[in-house]
Amino acid sequence: MRAKVNQTINLNDYNNVWVIAEQNNGKIAPVTIELIGEGRKLANVLSKELMVIVAGYNMKEEVENLLHYNVDKAVYIESALLKDFSTDGYVKVFADLILERKPEIVLVGASSIGRDIGPRLAARVGTGLTADCTKLEIDENDHKLLSTRPAFGGNLMATIVCPKNRPQMSTVRPGVMEKAQYTDQPTGELEIVKPDLKQEDIRTTLEKIIVEDGKKVNLVDAKIVVSGGRGLKTAEGFSMIQELADCLGGEVGSSRACVDAGWIDASHQIGQTGTTVRPDLYIACGISGAIQHLAGMSESKYIVAINKDPKAPIFDICDYGIVGDLNKVIPSMIEYLQGKK
Amino acid sequence: MNIIVCVKQVPNTNEVKINKETGTLIREGVESIINPDDKNAIEAALVLKEQVGAKVTLLSMGPPQAKAALKEGLAMGADEAYLLSDRAFGGSDTWATATIIAAAIEKIGNYDVIFCGRQAIDGDTAQVGPEVAEFLGIPQVTYAKDVKLDGEDILVTRYTENADFLIRVKTPCLLTAIKELNDPRFPTVAKIIEVYDEQKDNIQVLTFADIDVDPTQIGLKGSPTNVFRSFVPVKEKHSEFIEGSNENEKAKVLMEKLAALKLI
Amino acid sequence: MDFKFTDGQLMLQKTAAEFAEKYIEPRAEEIDRTGEFPKDIFTEMGKVGFSGIGTPVEYGGSGGNDIDKVLVVTEIAKKDASCAAILSIHTIFASVLNKFGTEEQKKKYLPETTNGGALGAFALTEPNAGSDAGSAKTTAILDEETGEYVLNGTKCFISGGGQAKNLLIFALTDPSKGTKGLSCILVEKGTPGFSVGKIEEKMGIHGSETVELIFDNCRVPKENLVGKEGQGFKIAMTALDGARIGVAAQALGIAERALEESVKYMKERVQFGKPIAALQGLQWYIADMATKIECAKWMIYRAAWLKVSGQPYSKEAAIAKYNASETATFVTNLALQIHGGYGYMKDYPLERMYRDAKITEIYEGTSEIHKVVISRSVLK
Repeated sequence: MRAKVNQTINLNDYNNVWVIAEQNNGKIAPVTIELIGEGRKLANVLSKELMVIVAGYNMKEEVENLLHYNVDKAVYIESALLKDFSTDGYVKVFADLILERKPEIVLVGASSIGRDIGPRLAARVGTGLTADCTKLEIDENDHKLLSTRPAFGGNLMATIVCPKNRPQMSTVRPGVMEKAQYTDQPTGELEIVKPDLKQEDIRTTLEKIIVEDGKKVNLVDAKIVVSGGRGLKTAEGFSMIQELADCLGGEVGSSRACVDAGWIDASHQIGQTGTTVRPDLYIACGISGAIQHLAGMSESKYIVAINKDPKAPIFDICDYGIVGDLNKVIPSMIEYLQGKK
Repeated sequence: MNIIVCVKQVPNTNEVKINKETGTLIREGVESIINPDDKNAIEAALVLKEQVGAKVTLLSMGPPQAKAALKEGLAMGADEAYLLSDRAFGGSDTWATATIIAAAIEKIGNYDVIFCGRQAIDGDTAQVGPEVAEFLGIPQVTYAKDVKLDGEDILVTRYTENADFLIRVKTPCLLTAIKELNDPRFPTVAKIIEVYDEQKDNIQVLTFADIDVDPTQIGLKGSPTNVFRSFVPVKEKHSEFIEGSNENEKAKVLMEKLAALKLI
Repeated sequence: MDFKFTDGQLMLQKTAAEFAEKYIEPRAEEIDRTGEFPKDIFTEMGKVGFSGIGTPVEYGGSGGNDIDKVLVVTEIAKKDASCAAILSIHTIFASVLNKFGTEEQKKKYLPETTNGGALGAFALTEPNAGSDAGSAKTTAILDEETGEYVLNGTKCFISGGGQAKNLLIFALTDPSKGTKGLSCILVEKGTPGFSVGKIEEKMGIHGSETVELIFDNCRVPKENLVGKEGQGFKIAMTALDGARIGVAAQALGIAERALEESVKYMKERVQFGKPIAALQGLQWYIADMATKIECAKWMIYRAAWLKVSGQPYSKEAAIAKYNASETATFVTNLALQIHGGYGYMKDYPLERMYRDAKITEIYEGTSEIHKVVISRSVLK
């Protein structure tokens, strides 16, 4: 029987905020800690409990560790069939638990895995789902969940509600919410659930996990681009740029001058004769901002410029500018990022 | 083999502009295109067609203008096309849309593989594909970057942020395509001339009356989610010089500002 | 009156634009720099069916007509004039063969011509027979014993002549008759006695190779005669009428792109504290460019439409070519000027387009020859 929405339900039967954890190879993914941080805020406003739900196998310690992030309960659905990811297996055990225990809010990380199981889960339990949210709030008047998300390529923000169906489900963009703080003293309890899951429930087989080694330059899709220009002075300057990009999870770009000088491969070139990028954050290091370069990056959401020359045209279009020696600024930025980890 | 490809016509979001006063989209003059991931889905179906002689059926939902996207798909080489178009379908969220599409697929029937694009560039939800799979009760593999036939099974390489998964799945199943899957072909000139022959009406329109669907589950009223409000994100151009007594201090101030903006 | 394209034509235009953006734009600078014939692009243009426009489907072509061709050539010329020239000239080969060739010739040569396999070329010009095509000296004398034509002479400035697998050579089968003795003969690459001479170094359209062809007792079977003996001049003039529309489309594409680039640059480039688009002097340049482009566009479409609907179009094709080519040089000149120093640099495509535009005033009949054609037709 297919689930339906808009059935007559008693909204008061639904309680608590759930975070569906994501694990890779038995390790909890960072987005889970972000969801716990955000889920805690929502639970506090609602005066309800926060629970984190983990499906997996042989990872009890990892699940117990989640009790250090101020959750009221960690539910560990344990089965050998849940060791590897499968849509069918994960959706079944989460859906069964949701239908049984009736949470009010369910948060899922908007990773490629979360966005696979999220919609299927919502369709299974008969409720709406808001995708890839960047902000969650509770409506002061009626305590419903307000999920805000970008649409039309970020040109428009929309706040979505799910008024008549429960749970209210959202997938949440990784990296946006603040991580929950680790506390030395664990709180809450661990509950282990043995799911009703059989091999034949899972209709796919994971044959192989392929870890790619070589990383390709993908400037177009990069959210963060760190670019170097003539101000680097030498090819070696790019190792510093690369290190900063790696710390930020971004890609390395370059002005034409450096490509012509042979400091870096042409695939990194941004501008009129190179790639056009529009990342969330563009960090221009030692780039004066010739119009050919600006043509390839001026649409970036935020632009940071680091240059010795306060009159460099790049400063006219940047959001934040640092006038100074990039050989001192960049290492300090790297140091800051490493300190945070 | 019978393949159904779900296709959405979307505004080219690169060109979308927002009326800052009203917070609404300015659609005038914005070109409508086949959603990019859906083009990869069409291409994947056409590759299978070439390999094993499949019949490729396109299915879309939208206003009559969405026929243009289906025509383009036919020109790429698909065999037939259906457009779900009815006022009753208007305002549908992903649940309601998936409900309608699943009903249409059941009506078309006899399918082995359903291809969808991973997500549409206007809504970016990536939800309709998996929801359709759930409603049809068939397995899904999303984020497909490679698809190969292996006897009766399909071997899908599925992208994740950490590693790719090689997944074996039996038909019938639903797969969602990402850009990395393939390089969509251009329609040939001869196909364009054939498909766009003005005498030919090669798009079959399906209305509410044509499909078996529960009216409480579709349209604006049947949708479990609603838009509460929408607004234009404000981006302030600071053009601010970071002050500080030395580079180290300036770098720290900068990083804190970027962190506050959730950029890092 | 109806100034509307069909949905199919708009789709074709969009396809050509996307094709050019994907395959041609990234290569344009390199093609100009190296001067290498972009064989890969030629192959892709065949696969998608651009090379087969105007050739019936039964011979492996795409169907379609000269309006379709104009739309495609224009979009390609926006990204690279060399590629547009290659396609435009190549389709002349196909259209001549389709119109004047025997069934056997069409079956043998058209499929490989349209699918991107074999480039075709068209050789009329000689060192002393440019605008005065009637002074051609190359001969093709039938050897009754062997049933072969024996070609002797030199052709020059032949686009694609070195890369082409099949070439249409205009030669005198009866030198005593002057232009009435001119015939069209198909010669395949590699035929003994046929060789490629000087490869010209040109100002622009570097990717479209221009060469000298030398015939020294080159023998081809008499079945390679296209049309009838003595029909050569008529074939050449028919082909050139059509080719003029093609050149006009190239010119239009170059001009439209130059305007696009100028608009983009004027909005980006800030001088005196504001984008240079705010300067009236430059705004007026844009107005002039846009006006001339609009005129050029509709004249070309109309000439193509006349041809497609089977009406006389010689005068209109000449007007369209003359006007569009002068528009291209006018517009690229102003566009380069708007770009200032940057326009003169190779970082921007303007200097290439400026050089490429010039050829459209010269080949397939100079502006002056077109004025002769036009005035003769008006004064008659």
